[in-house]
Amino acid sequence: MAKDMMTRFELYQPADIAGALELAGKLGPDGWLIAGGQDSLDWFKDRAKRPGAVVDLSRIESMRGIRETDSGLEIGALATVTEIEENTLIKSRYAVLADAASRVASPQIRNVGTIGGNVCQDTRCWYYRSGIDCYRAGGSTCYADTPEGMNREHCLFGADRCVAVSPSDLAPALVVLDASMVIQNKAGERTVSAQDFFIGPDTDIERMTVIEAGEILTAIRIPNTWAGARFYFEKVADRNTWDFALVNVAAAIQVENDIIQDIRIACGGVECVPRRMSVAEDIARGSAKNEETARLAAGSAARGAVPLNYNHFKISLLENLVLRAIRDS
Amino acid sequence: MTDYKHIGKDFVPPDILGKVTGKAKYAEDFRVDGMVFARLYTSPIAHGKVTHIDTSALDTMEGVIGVLTADDVPAVEAPNAAILTNSPAYIGDPILAVAAVDELTAEEAMTRIKVTIEALPFAVDPLDSLIEGGPDAREEGNIFVRSREGSGFRTVKWSQQQVDEFRAGKEPTGEFTDEWSYGDVEGGFANAEVIFEAPFVTTGYAHMSMEARTAMAYWQNGTCYVYGSAQSQSFWMPGLARLLGVEMSKVVLISENTGGGFGSKIGAYPIAALPGYFSKKLGRPVQLRITREQEYYIGSARVGFQGWIKMGFARNGRMTAADVFIIEDIGPNATGGDGSSAGGAVSLVYDPAAMRFRGLPVLTNTTPRGAQRGPGQNQIAAVMAPLMDRAARELHMDPLEIRKINAVNSDTTVYAEQLPVTSAYMTEALEKGADMFDWDTKYNQPRRNGNKVIGVGIGQGYHSAGTKGFDGLIRITPDGKIHLHSGIGNLGTYSYASTTRAAAEVLKCEWEDCVIHHGNTEANLPWSSYQAGSVSTFTHTRANYVAAMDAVDKMKAITAETLGGVADDYDIDGERVFNISSPAQGMTYAAVAARAIQLGGAYSGASYPDDIHEITQRAVQNIAGTGLIGVAKDKLAQEGVIPGLAAAFVEIELDLETGKYDILDYVGIAECGTVMHPQGLAGQMKGGAVWGMGMAGLERHVYDPQNGLPANVGYHQCGIPTYLDVPAVIRTSAVDLPDPQNPFGARGIGEPAMGCSVAALTSAISDALGGHTFGRTPVSRDMIVNHIAGKPQSFKPQQTNNF
Repeated sequence: MAKDMMTRFELYQPADIAGALELAGKLGPDGWLIAGGQDSLDWFKDRAKRPGAVVDLSRIESMRGIRETDSGLEIGALATVTEIEENTLIKSRYAVLADAASRVASPQIRNVGTIGGNVCQDTRCWYYRSGIDCYRAGGSTCYADTPEGMNREHCLFGADRCVAVSPSDLAPALVVLDASMVIQNKAGERTVSAQDFFIGPDTDIERMTVIEAGEILTAIRIPNTWAGARFYFEKVADRNTWDFALVNVAAAIQVENDIIQDIRIACGGVECVPRRMSVAEDIARGSAKNEETARLAAGSAARGAVPLNYNHFKISLLENLVLRAIRDS
Repeated sequence: MTDYKHIGKDFVPPDILGKVTGKAKYAEDFRVDGMVFARLYTSPIAHGKVTHIDTSALDTMEGVIGVLTADDVPAVEAPNAAILTNSPAYIGDPILAVAAVDELTAEEAMTRIKVTIEALPFAVDPLDSLIEGGPDAREEGNIFVRSREGSGFRTVKWSQQQVDEFRAGKEPTGEFTDEWSYGDVEGGFANAEVIFEAPFVTTGYAHMSMEARTAMAYWQNGTCYVYGSAQSQSFWMPGLARLLGVEMSKVVLISENTGGGFGSKIGAYPIAALPGYFSKKLGRPVQLRITREQEYYIGSARVGFQGWIKMGFARNGRMTAADVFIIEDIGPNATGGDGSSAGGAVSLVYDPAAMRFRGLPVLTNTTPRGAQRGPGQNQIAAVMAPLMDRAARELHMDPLEIRKINAVNSDTTVYAEQLPVTSAYMTEALEKGADMFDWDTKYNQPRRNGNKVIGVGIGQGYHSAGTKGFDGLIRITPDGKIHLHSGIGNLGTYSYASTTRAAAEVLKCEWEDCVIHHGNTEANLPWSSYQAGSVSTFTHTRANYVAAMDAVDKMKAITAETLGGVADDYDIDGERVFNISSPAQGMTYAAVAARAIQLGGAYSGASYPDDIHEITQRAVQNIAGTGLIGVAKDKLAQEGVIPGLAAAFVEIELDLETGKYDILDYVGIAECGTVMHPQGLAGQMKGGAVWGMGMAGLERHVYDPQNGLPANVGYHQCGIPTYLDVPAVIRTSAVDLPDPQNPFGARGIGEPAMGCSVAALTSAISDALGGHTFGRTPVSRDMIVNHIAGKPQSFKPQQTNNF
């Protein structure tokens, strides 16, 4: 409930990743990692999450910046969404990510919110955010997945006791770019593909990503694979800014002689994770990049969708966005 | 057009600087010694009875000062809102308050309180309560009728078949409680060339005042000082005194600036009196600042409609008859009246030759309802616009023409009583707007371009825009300053200041020599109207006019008494009273003011008219002897309905693949008599336009019918339009023809400025979709997508408070 009043917590501001990891390990479930705070502070002010300690990552210089590497780009998890939006390398090589960044939240939030925070943010299911005891909050029911639940913004795919969706605009873009998520823990570093980074309720109903307690997402690496491809990003929300996607789509397409050589499409707002449009990709791959192909592929986009009472419009929207991604990229 | 010195000219209202620099003080900015902070414990369930409250854990909690429960404040008879209640009727109903040394401690204390509430049945959709066997929102019944003949609870149920038929769009056959009509309705339909019926839903949604309501209070020598968040100033006083249980003379209200009210802070609301009771109990000043979420409960919401309308049109487009039925969602506190107002708006804006209105106010366990900008008029404006387009289509007419044929003019008679209007120029507004918008070109342009389609729409807005009988008070002091006392609240429209320009105009004085007093009972303010209902401009230009005229008469009399001759020998200009035949002979205003003090009596305020309100009397008593006093009650002639009118034209481009639309052009025309304050008017027209765009497509009010939980308790969830959802340029203008019943020709405009917008955009969306009428506001993205895909909508027909 929006109480506009945070509970008291201890604030730690480590200067390096080692310090942050030590704190995260020491604090355990009572600790909370915060970067831009655009998701966390909401939880705190609503008093729905009451961590005893907060570890502020924003002073860790090594997690900042956008660097060119031999194999592509490395983006520090603390890079702000505005930095992603305005970075010339990203704009020239991975425009889908810059475009997605430009549609995140509002300019004010983009100036503060980070790419790490954007991909780690919690779902926006209004029941869950209101602090009630749903499955995701450790309870034993889902209020949205009922005959009378107000579930316009919930999922079409992958329901498993919870019908919440991935709210991120950057996540589908990172999936189509085949990004690697760099996660550090006390044992060292591990990388996970963006595709595998996000998890659904069937894997863990209380988490949205593979990040375990005591781990930190420190960077995101984007390989050269899709640099300079044709891209498409579109987000349909109720409003033109400061809103979460009803459905968003990101696509990367390699075209030669008007034939689609390779393609990756991912959509947000339809499942708890960014949903790869694998069947649509298979249909499109090897075909001419034209309206007919786009329509054929789009026709598969919603295959297997199980709409809830208030969200069957997402089926049409999803199909149309996949159509546009192929046709208009 | 009259060449005025101040009227129709821009000026800088004195509160602007504070608002731009952040120095303006709102209720929560005040601090006094010993002040403590209160927070509310509100009901977590939609309807129930508090059976036990255990605050024993607070007895030893450091920083906690005290607890206030419903037992500490006056009991209020249902369904009226109480300061605190043991019978909560919606999630968020205030049950108790805790005071502590700071807000954090008070909020922490909430988690240690144990409140036991016995749950009762609840309803979040009027139709769920109305259907046989359905739950009642109050134990006393599901209907509450407020009427002069006697208010009371009723229990009204419709059969399953009646509800089903209503959902299917058929004429309601269930019981109703309110009815009025004029003319021969049956005959009107018999003579119609085109007749159609249409069901409709308009969702009520929160007022969303940016300033979550706050009040701080303390007692001094038996007087309660309240620093509040008030939409009105003097008009708050009787209600606030009643809530506090003291004489009006024992209350001081300070409300210099208000962060929005939109109809939700018109009169003193119960929670504003809570700090007064808490302060008395604790013997310390208490401030209560409710949370953003609580503002969405206590801050109220627009009344929702579920309705049915039948209209008949003659071959030439004239509306021969209208039959309107509205179920009003009046929330838990039976606040509303929007339904009949909506019927009135149909009567005035479209002037059907005959009309019937029937209404049924149904209680729900949702946010308390309250007047919101154009309460009733603006909901029905959205309903009517696409239906007028449908009539035009069926009659092969231009949508502009059918509106002009039915347009209200100065000879139109309106409402059940068929009252005259003071003046009305809707045709001129439509013509001016059509010209600015280039309607003919836009209406006839090719509409389809690939996935995109153009839609154009016209909207008309109306609200009665004036009242009478309030007081004006001015004072001229021996330093030559002209003090303009304004008892209107400072809602943000600047009319508290712009209406005083009427006095400056009469006095022919320089604006730089004027000082406006407002925002504090101790600033000696007159009895003024509510700052709402679009009334301030008409009402208080009149009140300021009569006060200034009183001052002029007194100044002439004083000068004649001092320099010889009779009052009629003198005139005023240049802040002097001079002899008409010998202009060099005269007295400055400053000298006249000094002389007024010497002469005393009515000149100095030692005596005053006996017909002025007791609030004005006290103000005069306090300033008596400090200068020349001009004070009078507005008794100028006034007859008939005072209409505020507006017309808007919208062009959109709608994407058929995503359901999104961009507003390409917007033109809004005010028809509010003489323009008083061009910048203020433009602000009203633009703000109204944005709000209308929100109502047409974005703003939501969603309740979970399983548990009565609201989904929208924040700006983001409510979907108010952002800067990027509205056109970069909103074009506005005004008809600017004077109304004969105002000394300067002015009428109000606030509410129609929004009604024309929601109507025009709803009309344009319908137009873009080939004339499809959703019969529902807001027209949300999913509705457009489903319609284009040929799929059914998600909600049940006539369902409300859903997505």
